[in-house]
Amino acid sequence: MPTFIEMPKLSDTMTEGTLLQWHVKEGDAVRSGQVIADVETDKATMEMEAFDSGVVGRIYVPAGGRAPLGAVLMALVAEGEEAPETPPATSAAPVAVPVAAPVAAGAPTRGAAVPGSAAPVAAVAVALTTSGGRVKASPLARKIAGGRGVQLSAIAGTGPGGRIVARDVINAPANGAAAVATGPAPRIIRPVLDFDPKAERVPLSGMRNIIADRLLVSKTTIPHFYLNVELDAAPLMKLRKQVNDTVGADGNKFTVNDFILKAMVLSCVDVPEVNAAFDVDAIIRYQSVNIAVAIAVPDGLVTPVIRNAQAKSMLELSKAVKVLAERAKTKKLSPDDFAGGTITISNLGAYGVDNFDAIINPPQAAILAIGSIRNVPVVSEAGGIVPGQRMWVGMSCDHRVIDGAVGATYLQALRKYIENPALMLV
Amino acid sequence: MKYDLIVIGGGPAGYAAAIRAGQLGKTTACVEMDRAGGTCLNWGCIPTKSLIRNAEIYRLLQHHAGDFGLGVSGLTYDWGKVVGRSRGVSDKLAGGIEFLFKKNKVDYVRGKGSLLGNGKVEVTDANGAVSVLEGENILIATGCTSRPMPGLPFDGERVISSKEAMVLARQPEEIIIIGAGAIGVEFAYFFNAFGTKVTIVEMLPQILPVEDEEVSKALEKSFAKQGIRVLTETKTVGSQVTASGVEITVEGRTNETLRAPVCLVAIGVQPVLPGGREIKKTERGYLKVDDRYQTSLPKVFAAGDITGPPWLAHTATFEAVQAVEGIFNPSYKPRKVEVFPGCTYCQPQVASVGLTEKAAKEKGLKYKVGRFPFQASGKALSVGEPDGFVKLLFNEEHGEIIGAHIIGSEATEMIAELGLAITLEATYEDLEATIHAHPTLSEAVHEATSNAFGHAIHI
Repeated sequence: MPTFIEMPKLSDTMTEGTLLQWHVKEGDAVRSGQVIADVETDKATMEMEAFDSGVVGRIYVPAGGRAPLGAVLMALVAEGEEAPETPPATSAAPVAVPVAAPVAAGAPTRGAAVPGSAAPVAAVAVALTTSGGRVKASPLARKIAGGRGVQLSAIAGTGPGGRIVARDVINAPANGAAAVATGPAPRIIRPVLDFDPKAERVPLSGMRNIIADRLLVSKTTIPHFYLNVELDAAPLMKLRKQVNDTVGADGNKFTVNDFILKAMVLSCVDVPEVNAAFDVDAIIRYQSVNIAVAIAVPDGLVTPVIRNAQAKSMLELSKAVKVLAERAKTKKLSPDDFAGGTITISNLGAYGVDNFDAIINPPQAAILAIGSIRNVPVVSEAGGIVPGQRMWVGMSCDHRVIDGAVGATYLQALRKYIENPALMLV
Repeated sequence: MKYDLIVIGGGPAGYAAAIRAGQLGKTTACVEMDRAGGTCLNWGCIPTKSLIRNAEIYRLLQHHAGDFGLGVSGLTYDWGKVVGRSRGVSDKLAGGIEFLFKKNKVDYVRGKGSLLGNGKVEVTDANGAVSVLEGENILIATGCTSRPMPGLPFDGERVISSKEAMVLARQPEEIIIIGAGAIGVEFAYFFNAFGTKVTIVEMLPQILPVEDEEVSKALEKSFAKQGIRVLTETKTVGSQVTASGVEITVEGRTNETLRAPVCLVAIGVQPVLPGGREIKKTERGYLKVDDRYQTSLPKVFAAGDITGPPWLAHTATFEAVQAVEGIFNPSYKPRKVEVFPGCTYCQPQVASVGLTEKAAKEKGLKYKVGRFPFQASGKALSVGEPDGFVKLLFNEEHGEIIGAHIIGSEATEMIAELGLAITLEATYEDLEATIHAHPTLSEAVHEATSNAFGHAIHI
């Protein structure tokens, strides 16, 4: 009876492996413990050892071939024995790595096993503790990790069944391999309350939690850069007055922000590179311009989205913002209202802020920060000092998606529309 | 033939090791000079628990029948049958182990094992016949035996060890027990329950010296109420065996000479080393082992009492299984004993796991204490067992449980939950979030947890 060697499960995320190279060929004698092949997983390349002795009867998966877990790779036979031409149907159960199944199964490992030769042991252990996407860690380990900002998924557990226990978290930085957070879990320097014993402790609301999480990720993982321009807002103010003066009492009142929104959308159409997002291995270029509008609400802010803004007139934009603002005020925003933003605008002009830079709203690549429109003395084209109306616009960009020149081009477009607002109406 | 593993000793470490190896498909022999099951099953845990059950029932009927509205007249006992029941239980279980050996294809070899080196074990059977076994690996699990008192050697009649104490042909009128560890305390309860006049002498300031001070004090009080004379902080300074018994001179809390027909010496244990090749030992004479339970000799391993404290059947079994996993799976890292419960089966029972309050203090830990008395437990009052309490220690910073101490009628059954909690590194939030059934004694664990953080409902 031939011994069939199957594709072993080398990590919990592994569903198939690539047989990089066979070290034996059909007819070769194999001793137990001999390295017979190199297998590549999603994590590492490992040497595969034979656990039985015999002669290679048949190889079913050639070098370079991929095979799912448990698939028969080859047959070991006794001298003179024939291996079947096609491998038998395999049991669904994949072969476990010895590290993975120390005490667990009473059944000893069968077929083949892979010692952790090429792969770091830590990687295997990590895979164990995160079986099924869930990190196996004790309640105490979780608490300590939370306080220290240690990411549990980066730690190898030494508790029963590979569970992460307190000592693993405590030893994590010292161990080196088990690293401190690479992602959104930095240390928190906690406030000292000695000097103000009456200080109020306000538990985080769901909204504040989300703000804390998302903006921390944004500010610590997105390489921001900032561009600032001062725009001539006088033509825009003049046009706005004209429009608002001529509409009837029941007509729509246009805000300065409505004009800026329209300019922003048109600029996105002109310079689509900013209407984009960074993904792990690609840049996503959106076909629609979906403007997220930052709206302050008690205890936080929300950023509902006007979708397909490129297809909307200024009147439609203006009405859409009013609807979202009203829903925000009455807490009637639905999850749908928040979905799909591609670029954000934050306008603090009404608060008298002249100039600021905003934190990008991930996974978007840019955010515009609009300041107040101020009456200032400006140098006219004729060289004289004349009264003028000016507005600062700050643009924060994700440098992985937008380079300086691209951001500058976008702001040039924005200047074109703001300073020549009639262009927005054609 | 050459065995994959030869185990010397058939106690809780040895038989478990042999069975585990058998389960792994390894050829295994277990060499035992007495009877499979070791001290635990034949001369320790099991027969004494049987005796104590007799004592509990007798005491309940004798002293508390009236509490339940029962009238019992003419209550008697047959000492021979009291002891006989205990032997019967041991016999039955020993047979069970032999069955497990057969089931797992373990060769059960009767005789005394001695290490010849190079994987060879010499076995001398009861008739002096010698044979030699050969194995790839050897595991020594020869255990311990009672330690004699200097100047007062065991004679099996007037100066006895626990082994003789559990099979005394006649009940002694009086007994002096030297040493108030678990063994001394359990026999004190047992003999006293049947009316033997008991004096227990302990050199240290508390009975059950390894337990939390509060618990030991409570037990001492309960013992005094039951009529046991407890002499703590009292040293044995002289001893003499006379025609009628023993005379023990003590100093400390009292300076006097105690007299009794029998003296039980329960001051601890000493290793039973296998003969043959020398193996490196610890300062106290136990076998020294490394992380993989290997001794100074290659491929010779050791587990259980022979490797030193805590001398408990359950830790011995754990070690033995870990050692076997390590022997046959080079990539497996054997675990060592860290958290383990300790149980004493007198009434009220005492059970603990983790740190005592004193140990927590000595470690410089900041901790919180939660207590709950069974006096306030509905179930305890219903069953008429209001004595004792639950005491829990939590680390202050993160709230993980670091020690649990229970004294009460079912303390030894209740401690498992807390062992699991400590092993899982549970915090008080986890214990509080676990709904405990009502009415049970275990509710006291929940309440003691809440008490530690100031929000118990029932006290």
